[in-house]
Amino acid sequence: MTETFVPPTRFAVPGRIAVAGQAAAAWQTATVAEIRRETPRAATFRLAVPAWAGHLPGQHLQLRLTAADGYTAQRHYSIASAPDASGHIEVTLDHVEGGEVSGWFHTAARPGDRVEVRGPVSGFFAWPGDRPALLIGAGSGVVPLMSMVRHHRRRRLTVPLRLLVSARSPRELIYAQEFGAETTPVFTRSAPPGTPVGRLAAAHLAPLTAEPPADGWEAYVCGSNAFAEHASRLLVAAGQPVDRIRIERFG
Amino acid sequence: MNVTRGFTGRPSMDGPGLPPGQYDAGDAWPVLSAEVTPGIAPADWTFRVDGLVAEPGTWDWEQVGRLPQSEYAGDIHCVTGWSRFGTRFSGVSLDVFLDAVRPDAAATHAVAYAHTGYTANLPLADLTGGRAWIALAHDGEPLPAEHGGPARLLVPHLYFWKSAKWIAGLRILDHDEPGFWEQNGYHARGNPWQEQRYSGD
Repeated sequence: MTETFVPPTRFAVPGRIAVAGQAAAAWQTATVAEIRRETPRAATFRLAVPAWAGHLPGQHLQLRLTAADGYTAQRHYSIASAPDASGHIEVTLDHVEGGEVSGWFHTAARPGDRVEVRGPVSGFFAWPGDRPALLIGAGSGVVPLMSMVRHHRRRRLTVPLRLLVSARSPRELIYAQEFGAETTPVFTRSAPPGTPVGRLAAAHLAPLTAEPPADGWEAYVCGSNAFAEHASRLLVAAGQPVDRIRIERFG
Repeated sequence: MNVTRGFTGRPSMDGPGLPPGQYDAGDAWPVLSAEVTPGIAPADWTFRVDGLVAEPGTWDWEQVGRLPQSEYAGDIHCVTGWSRFGTRFSGVSLDVFLDAVRPDAAATHAVAYAHTGYTANLPLADLTGGRAWIALAHDGEPLPAEHGGPARLLVPHLYFWKSAKWIAGLRILDHDEPGFWEQNGYHARGNPWQEQRYSGD
């Protein structure tokens, strides 16, 4: 039998791009160039990676720390910066309770320190900037979506892009100063005067899904599993096709 | 070696049961599915094995429940880095299904596919010999939907993306054919002990 296998159901979420396997396999040295505090829990780390192969918004990388005794710890992190030719990339990390990698970044890292990265990894959550993008994130789930927002701005793309971002409070809203008219923040615990407090709801999605762009939205959801389950159910209930919902969950 | 200044890590986590580059997730069982979690009732669930076999077979929930049940007690490993020790699944060994359909001598690989359309490719040798199951329960409870319930593939000696949730079937092939993550740059086999995360590893 030599025919290509086709799943009997619609392929849920086809990858958006072809991925170069070899680029992802090689570890490279990344030097901490700058550290910017975003919120009490999150900071952005700008890394110099001179031979970075480039990425698309939404892709992630693998990051590795090595102790003097040879012990290593590695984690996957979304790339926050838009693709550019600067030889730098940015990641924004929450300080995870007891997290050995995020803990090192938040308590020990300073400019000049060297870590290792490889990637970019996975084309599944990538957004090449081609189709209308409906982005929904919570907490640090906004990070890969911000790469898309920045890419959209930098390239002056005209394809529709909207961001719904959920945070506990204004001071915990990552990238708060960078958002523009494309973004609607949703605050779950406390909000500025005049802004309602509450969970992401059907009413937030309705204006976007009731009048979708001509080609429809590509939806990208990123956050905790609980948030991703909630947001994806709202999308489905609002008529968004399941095979145009990409979900990236923390873990 | 490229030492990170000031990093000591937690060498106690680097235990003998932990594959290279993994950490112990403790009691956490993260959910990482890339698609919307489907609501599949057991009565609507079926499992099919076809392709290069003598006699394709389809089983429904009740039929699978009447097959000999067996258990896996051990560890699972996710490519994102977490490992979970001492998990306990029960279900039906894939050997039971494969013995019923009788793969051809030329068969070498399988594509596992889910009711969502998710796919994962596996060498047939990784699905036989009591190392793979159709899992129906975890810790004695029905498998939750977000973990692939009512039934998922379980191939615990490979990275867990191979253990397709909401399993719908296996297509037996005479060649390897990349599945969903494999088309997105992940390794064709995914052996955690050889740290086969990405194609090229």
